[in-house]
Amino acid sequence: MTDQGYTAAKSDLAQYEGDTVWTEHEPFIDRIPRWVAMTGLFVMIVGIWYVVTAVEIVSNIILPTPMETWEDIVFVGRNMASGGYMLEAFITTTKTVLVAFGLAMAIGFSLGVLVGETKFGERAVMPYLVAIDTMPKVAFAPLFIAWLGFGIASKVALATFIATFPIVVSTAAGLYAASENERMLFKSIGASRMQTLVRLKLPTGLPYFFTGLKIASVGVMAGAITGEFLGGGQGVGALIRVSASQLDTPRVFSLIIYLSFLGLALFLTVVWVQKTFVFWNKSDAPGGMA
Amino acid sequence: MSQVVQLPADQSEPAEARPVYQIERLSKTYGRNGFTALKDVDLTLNKGEFGAVIGSSGCGKSTMLKIMAGLLPPSSGRVMLEGKPVLGPRRDIGMMFQQATLLPWKTTLGNVLLPIEMRDGKAAARAAEGRARDLLELVGIGRAESIYPGELSGGMAQRAAICRMLISDPAVLLLDEPFSALDELTRDFMNMELQRICLERRATTFLVTHSIPEAVILADRIYIMDANPGRVAEIVDIDLPRPRNLDMINTTKFGDIVHHIREKLGKEAFGT
Ligand SMILES: Nc1ncnc2c1ncn2[C@@H]1O[C@H](COP(=O)(O)OP(=O)(O)OP(=O)(O)O)[C@@H](O)[C@H]1O
Ligand SMILES: [Mg+2]
Repeated sequence: MTDQGYTAAKSDLAQYEGDTVWTEHEPFIDRIPRWVAMTGLFVMIVGIWYVVTAVEIVSNIILPTPMETWEDIVFVGRNMASGGYMLEAFITTTKTVLVAFGLAMAIGFSLGVLVGETKFGERAVMPYLVAIDTMPKVAFAPLFIAWLGFGIASKVALATFIATFPIVVSTAAGLYAASENERMLFKSIGASRMQTLVRLKLPTGLPYFFTGLKIASVGVMAGAITGEFLGGGQGVGALIRVSASQLDTPRVFSLIIYLSFLGLALFLTVVWVQKTFVFWNKSDAPGGMA
Repeated sequence: MSQVVQLPADQSEPAEARPVYQIERLSKTYGRNGFTALKDVDLTLNKGEFGAVIGSSGCGKSTMLKIMAGLLPPSSGRVMLEGKPVLGPRRDIGMMFQQATLLPWKTTLGNVLLPIEMRDGKAAARAAEGRARDLLELVGIGRAESIYPGELSGGMAQRAAICRMLISDPAVLLLDEPFSALDELTRDFMNMELQRICLERRATTFLVTHSIPEAVILADRIYIMDANPGRVAEIVDIDLPRPRNLDMINTTKFGDIVHHIREKLGKEAFGT
């Protein structure tokens, strides 16, 4: 009986003699290399854009043609390359963004440590931070302008204000991230509170901190530009507002594109610094984009 | 590698009966929920002795170990180590937990040196590097010294944790289910390694475990704990010869001891 069963199974198997190697098939769309996919999508979008403007589904004043936009991008690029007024605007905005980002890091980190490490911070400071965080922060812009005037300071203040909160929250969360086992270990080897903070909790919390920085790098751009919209001055935001009011939509588009380079550069810098510093946390970093 | 460890012949002399740890009328009631985890525990651990405590889950074993290590204050009673009361974490206590808990941003060597670095600073840690390497060599992971913990297997990580415990030359070793997260084969092997290290260093050791065979193969004396409130219900002396090896598990004597403890534990747990 069993013998027979065995022979039967064997002869079954004999049918498959030869190759039993099989490959998993990824669908075609998943196999397209990244750069091809990106270029393809870009061409597609520009194509649709072109068709929409060519048949004038929407007026050219509302949506310029791709060609017009490209020409304006080149024009703005030339202006900046030759040190024109747009370069100045860009430098102003970049300065605003960088100063605000630095301030937000310093303030956010300090507040985060206060909230995450001390009972006082957790009990007394955190509720206020949560309360302010739920408010639409842009609404504070007129206040900052009233307090600090139409210069760069009011824009820095607004951008800092917006970018600080994600850093506070993520820093505090990072300080809670060390496990009970790790805390017990540090206690057992006689580590002081300061040592536990600096040698255990802060390194453990670094991935969280960087997640906060990534969110802040987006917020700081939004804050700076909003400030320039509302408070005038010399930045790119002011240029955009003026161009828009003159119905110069190609200019608005090209300025936005140049701004996005600034935002991207800031974001990628944060990602790069994180990769260098948090080398041990490769895949499971929270908020792992890029 | 062979599991039977041959030892230098001069270990025949029995441990001098000098008490290292003295625990008197130790009680612990957790303030948070008013739960009495330990009640009037008395226990004496002699120099060079290997003690093990076994008991059902939640009977207060970890609580006792934490109090002995100075990580948790007792509610009443006292703990003396080498004639001095334990009033906080001490350099002469080495601890090991169920999880290896290595810092992922430090190499194996850096992790082993962590206690020195915390207590005496970076310079002292650098000076102790040679000793740390010897320890890694002793537990058989000398080649892993510059690897990060993410690349260590569970067994290797626990070996590194052993080295970290030994680096400050503690007088006593407190182990809270150190190998229970490992697979059985690795665990048996690690237990024999532990025995070898303890005998070589003549360390006084106190082990918390869930496994009766593990306790019997390693310990000179087993404390059976009773739950709710936690107290020592019985002390069993194990007079199997040293060094022990895994073959002893199959002897009738071993079986009898295991059987006795199992019955006793069953009685404590289920009142039959
Ligand atoms: N921090 C704490 N606060 C309040 N109660 C606690 C605390 N830690 C432990 N307990 C209680 O004390 C009792 C003993 O806990 P302990 O961790 O010492 O048990 P254990 O014997 O080590 O158990 P296990 O074998 O599962 O590890 C448990 O009932 C637990 O609920
Ligand atoms: Mg326990």
